[in-house]
Amino acid sequence: MMEKPVYHKAWLLVLPMLALVCFSAIVPLMTVVNYSVQDTFGQNNFFWAGLAWFTETLASERVHGALGRQALFTGLILAIEVPLGIFVALNMPKKGFWSTFCLVAMSLPLLIPWNVVGTIWQIFGRVDIGLLGWTLDHLGVDYNYTRDTLDAWITLVLMDVWHWTSLVALLAFAGLKSIPDAYYQAAKIDQASRWKVFRYIELPKMRGVLTIAILLRFMDSFKIYTEPFVVTGGGPGNATTFLSIDLVKMALGQFNLGSAAAYSIVYFLIILSVSWVFYTVMINMDKKGT
Amino acid sequence: MAKITLSNLAHSYLPDPQGPEDYALKELDHVWEDGRAYALLGPSGCGKTTLLNIISGLLTPSQGRILFNDEDVTDKATATRNIAQVFQFPVVYDTMSVRDNLAFPLRNRGAAASHVRERVSAIAKMIGMEHDLDRRASGLTADSKQKISLGRGMVRGDVNAILFDEPLTVIDPHMKWELRTQLKSLHREFGHTMIYVTHDQTEALTFADEVVVMHEGRVVQMGTPEELFERPAHTFVGYFIGSPGMNFLDAHVKGAKASVDGTEIDLGADYGEPAGRVRIGVRPEFVTYHAGGSGLPVHLRRVEDVGRHKVLRTDFFGNELNALAPEGAEVPADSGRLSFDPRGINVYVDDWRLAPRDAAPGPSGRAA
Repeated sequence: MMEKPVYHKAWLLVLPMLALVCFSAIVPLMTVVNYSVQDTFGQNNFFWAGLAWFTETLASERVHGALGRQALFTGLILAIEVPLGIFVALNMPKKGFWSTFCLVAMSLPLLIPWNVVGTIWQIFGRVDIGLLGWTLDHLGVDYNYTRDTLDAWITLVLMDVWHWTSLVALLAFAGLKSIPDAYYQAAKIDQASRWKVFRYIELPKMRGVLTIAILLRFMDSFKIYTEPFVVTGGGPGNATTFLSIDLVKMALGQFNLGSAAAYSIVYFLIILSVSWVFYTVMINMDKKGT
Repeated sequence: MAKITLSNLAHSYLPDPQGPEDYALKELDHVWEDGRAYALLGPSGCGKTTLLNIISGLLTPSQGRILFNDEDVTDKATATRNIAQVFQFPVVYDTMSVRDNLAFPLRNRGAAASHVRERVSAIAKMIGMEHDLDRRASGLTADSKQKISLGRGMVRGDVNAILFDEPLTVIDPHMKWELRTQLKSLHREFGHTMIYVTHDQTEALTFADEVVVMHEGRVVQMGTPEELFERPAHTFVGYFIGSPGMNFLDAHVKGAKASVDGTEIDLGADYGEPAGRVRIGVRPEFVTYHAGGSGLPVHLRRVEDVGRHKVLRTDFFGNELNALAPEGAEVPADSGRLSFDPRGINVYVDDWRLAPRDAAPGPSGRAA
């Protein structure tokens, strides 16, 4: 490989971008950091609190509860959306009018804003005027997402699956389309079963796009706020109070700035480290092969 | 192992083909004898791959039947035909090791572990990858991957036929020669029916017992390399095989004489008086260029020294005619005359070869 010359003045070219990022992201984030290490008794007088807020956050049962619910929610939707998305992609028409039709139809949920999705499901599930709620009620199913924890969870998980499975399916479809015909022909010649074609051809070829899909779905679902806020408002009780909802309650509802700042930094670090670990593991698995 | 019969076969990629131009493969009757090595030779787009995919069952023909021995397999799926096929570009199962790749077709058929082990090590040795068996296939170079594909094609000992679709396209030149030699020795050893698609005449002529030349969806000639060289059945075969290809000249033929723009040429055999577009075809190997005497008056345009001989490019009233001269020969400058060895002259009527009336002995002493 060619030796590349090292030219340190090139760093100067990064400066304008760095200034922009500072202005839009790093400095605002620093105010959060600032709050997280200070306390106040009002009148805008702050004093140093050290890591007290962090110790409190890490020990807080309230935070543990929200984190547990969050992990369960993200785990559930990944466990449903990834296999379902792959299944849909495998069964989509590969070309022609119906292929285009499916692509467009499946993109539609992705285009709907979060709060609208929330509102759609909020109404859809209502027992008095919502199609789903009304139908279930008339079929004799005791369904009420505002009162029953399980019903609330089912509604939220279904809503997320409805909203985001398309993303996984579209990415998986793109991965499948990139497989040359010769692979399928060779598999036929080698008398591979349908399962083996999936296991040894399709799945390995979809690895890259699935990594992206899982990463995106993990990050997005771990930060979910608007939809559960609109549908259940975190209830019944605290049953669907995920991390974001809890955090907003703490910061803006209770105006507990120190705790909330420490909370958001911990929250941010969790997402960052999980994504990093996942990505690194996937990349290393790839390298091991070569 | 099987004899493969194609009966009345044709294929069109269009749902509703109208004329012959809509067919990628025109009507064809052909028998691939059991245990022979065939090369299917022709330019890109002549229908070679279509024919191959029909034999392996990846394509269902628009019409006609395919028989393995005497069993009709036209509607049978690829898997049940027990065929091996190697494609132009390497296909490996990325997540498997080289060993598992080679074992895959055997394991899918439920072969015993001891048999798998034995075959895999034999094939690995043949393709020169015994030391890479435990590596993952995804990190290998293109030619190693293609060797794995070849190996997978040959690992099953009981296949009806092995089909190769330009398998050496991505392989290094020196490795090409080596692999082709190994394929030949494998053929001698196990006697599989082999069909080898290529557009490279050297590959075809060195690999096969018999070469099938295709042109625009049609088989134009089938024969030994010798026959294709000496007695091309169609002008296309003349052009396509040999380097440079056959020379063609419009001529008026009567009996054993041809006349080309007033010059009489001795044909060495009686062809009667054919009607239509009549041409004579002579390979450069049977053309000599000399300063004086009788023959076609030509203008010498270029001399190409290709090492073992010289190629003389000459011009005869706008027709390019090529001749060969031995490496050390003196070549008269500018203009001279060409004379043809009657044993190397063929007569073509509307592109198809016309057999002489009294079978004159050919250059190798064989009747044409």
